[in-house]
Amino acid sequence: MQQLPMIGALVAGGAALLASVFATAEPHAPLPQRLSEAGLFVSGSTIEVRPELVPFSPQYPLWSDGADKRRWLELPPGTSIDATDVDAWDFPPGTRFFKEFALAGRLVETRLIERLGDGSWRFASYVWREDGSDADLAPADGIRALPRAAAPNGRYTIPSEYDCRACHEGAAVPVLGFSALQLSGSRDARAPNAAAVELDQLRALVERGVVSNLPPSALDTPPRVAARTPTERAALGYLHGNCGHCHSAPSAAGASVPVPVVLQQSAAEPAASAARTLRSLVDAPSRFRPPGASDDARVVVPGSAGASVLTARMRSRDPRVQMPPLGTVVPDPEALALIERWIDHDLKQHEDQKP
Amino acid sequence: MKTHALKTAACALTGAVIASGLLAERAAAQSGTASKELVARGQYLVTTSACHDCHTPLTVGPNGPEPDFSRMLSGHPQDLEMPPPPAPVGPWTSAFSATNTAWAGPWGVSFTANLTPDPDTGLGRWTLRNFVDTIRSGRHMGRGREILPPMPIPMYKNFTDDDLAAIFAFLQSIPPVSNRVPEPRPPAMEVSQ
Repeated sequence: MQQLPMIGALVAGGAALLASVFATAEPHAPLPQRLSEAGLFVSGSTIEVRPELVPFSPQYPLWSDGADKRRWLELPPGTSIDATDVDAWDFPPGTRFFKEFALAGRLVETRLIERLGDGSWRFASYVWREDGSDADLAPADGIRALPRAAAPNGRYTIPSEYDCRACHEGAAVPVLGFSALQLSGSRDARAPNAAAVELDQLRALVERGVVSNLPPSALDTPPRVAARTPTERAALGYLHGNCGHCHSAPSAAGASVPVPVVLQQSAAEPAASAARTLRSLVDAPSRFRPPGASDDARVVVPGSAGASVLTARMRSRDPRVQMPPLGTVVPDPEALALIERWIDHDLKQHEDQKP
Repeated sequence: MKTHALKTAACALTGAVIASGLLAERAAAQSGTASKELVARGQYLVTTSACHDCHTPLTVGPNGPEPDFSRMLSGHPQDLEMPPPPAPVGPWTSAFSATNTAWAGPWGVSFTANLTPDPDTGLGRWTLRNFVDTIRSGRHMGRGREILPPMPIPMYKNFTDDDLAAIFAFLQSIPPVSNRVPEPRPPAMEVSQ
């Protein structure tokens, strides 16, 4: 189990984060061609991450076909993240996130998200060379089938910029894994694929000044998914982390997918958002009809994961059927077991107890 | 210099007015209160860009196949069950239905979408952002599976934002048709429904 060096990084780099010389490029300057020049590593290294960067670990990580991932945040000096809206943090221009992907211990890709001076975001990926000496900026169109022995079928997909936007821009804030719910001190021990983290990341970020204006209630009562059972909590949390960015709550941006299924959970109103999710899933008619399904196909059928469209689409990797629709070519076995257990047992039990 | 500055300011002001007008038009396209001009512009683009060719089913009339405008832009008819497509022979790789709404090829079988504002089977729940994201990304609903041939995404993604706002405004103005289009089928799968 991975233990984050968060405490050390925050203690050593917290104040330095605000005061250090931040060698960022101009907001619209082209991205460096090599990752070694992109500000992730200390000068001259492609291994040692700059101490000013803040590592973090979301409690409901995105399934990436079993890839090992590490993540870092970088803020411009003297800035902080405005968490006034606990569900939609405002990141200052110059904010950058790095996410590193490794297969069987070998680096394959490091993605970058950066907020530009005009408030927009840009997305890019760096592809690691086979010898691990550096990573090169990928084309905006991505790479469909990068030969990598450890990848499923020996091929790895580098997402295009539009692929990045397809997932990241469906929610109100395009940063998906760095939020009050994802970094909550009340971490879900049953969440699939999550790293073990003992630190209360949210509190640490507030104490070091990385996050400001967070409502005190978010520390007094750490955000958690509202649920009737621990399995339901993990199930709804998984759906939030893996699906809630597209199946997001309707917002002024109008970017959430135009279907009734809403899987995004709220830290401010957990009970209401969980209830909305359950209404949109349980016994709800499915717009999507899998081949051979009847006209009364339901998204979730309590007591029958096998008859639920939700699990059928999670299990499928037919590109016309699968969910999520991109970023994965292998179903998530741990998550499938969790969702099936929730549908077959927890929801069934709840149905049986109805008066 | 003063005259130049005034001209510059006037141009900037005119540009701002035009820009705000376009923004207002886009907002109107979103809210369903689009101006007649915007809807007319959208109708022009839909007609000249061949959207009817595939999204309005063909029917056989006295003069041969012609668009069935009673089902305008409602996509592949849900009651038209398609048998398996013919096997490809030599350089013949694709086939399409008599309605021109079902297409078979190396990608499988695709059915043209219902573009009317029906909330359950068409674009009734869509936002302008959903529509723009779909055309730009080539992904269903802007975030889902890839849109399949013969939809000419590589060409249509070059529409301007204003063109797309006009097209969306027109599509939201036409009569809704309840028509649940089948999901696409993989190449090796039976297409009988």
